[in-house]
Amino acid sequence: MERVLNEMCRSERVGEETCYWVGMAVREALANAIKHGNKLSAEKRVLVEVTLDPAEALEIVVEDEGEGFDPAGVADPTDPGNLMRSSGRGVFYMRQFMDEVDFSLAERGGTRLRLRKNLNARRSE
Amino acid sequence: MKTKIRDVGNVRILDLEGKITIGAGDVELRKQIEDSVSAGFTNILLDFKGVSHIDSSGIGELVGCYTTISRRGGKMKLLNLTQKITDILHVTQLITVFDVFDNEQEALASFSA
Repeated sequence: MERVLNEMCRSERVGEETCYWVGMAVREALANAIKHGNKLSAEKRVLVEVTLDPAEALEIVVEDEGEGFDPAGVADPTDPGNLMRSSGRGVFYMRQFMDEVDFSLAERGGTRLRLRKNLNARRSE
Repeated sequence: MKTKIRDVGNVRILDLEGKITIGAGDVELRKQIEDSVSAGFTNILLDFKGVSHIDSSGIGELVGCYTTISRRGGKMKLLNLTQKITDILHVTQLITVFDVFDNEQEALASFSA
């Protein structure tokens, strides 16, 4: 997945900086889908769809076959009481490094996560 | 992730290289810290110069290792963070938890301060 993303970024001249942070968000999304969504089951799949429109945005959809996920249940890792916890930062990082992050119920019952990075805004910086 | 070990006085320096990410470098980092503690080192300096990526699992291990070392009365400090890893620690406010250095001699001296 990382190789595919890097090749897409390179071929469409998406900046290295943007590609790095999108790559981090995607790794967090895949780790969550495999570990928390599919509970590490080898029988369950994770579907990934990447859409790149160089003039608009890079969008990644990750779907697992788990039992669904409520992002409202994730505690704020920057809360002083949570600062030294050894887990619970994945969704926070996704929200930090992407422009849009939304969770919904997948058609097959798992979690559908959509990550979007606007490219125009990044390029004009 | 690859690790090179250097011992300077009572400080163990771990030169980290590669990725500290789920299922790979995070486990290796924990093992290196456990081995260091078993070898009698509770002052540990992690050199991040060669680290290209870290994810939330790696950050989690870093926090866990910091807590382990602190409970044993030791100190774990960070050296040569890249700008990206600094940013990753900054957004979660962990940059305020760790002692961070960009000079090895200063980092080593701080353990005896």
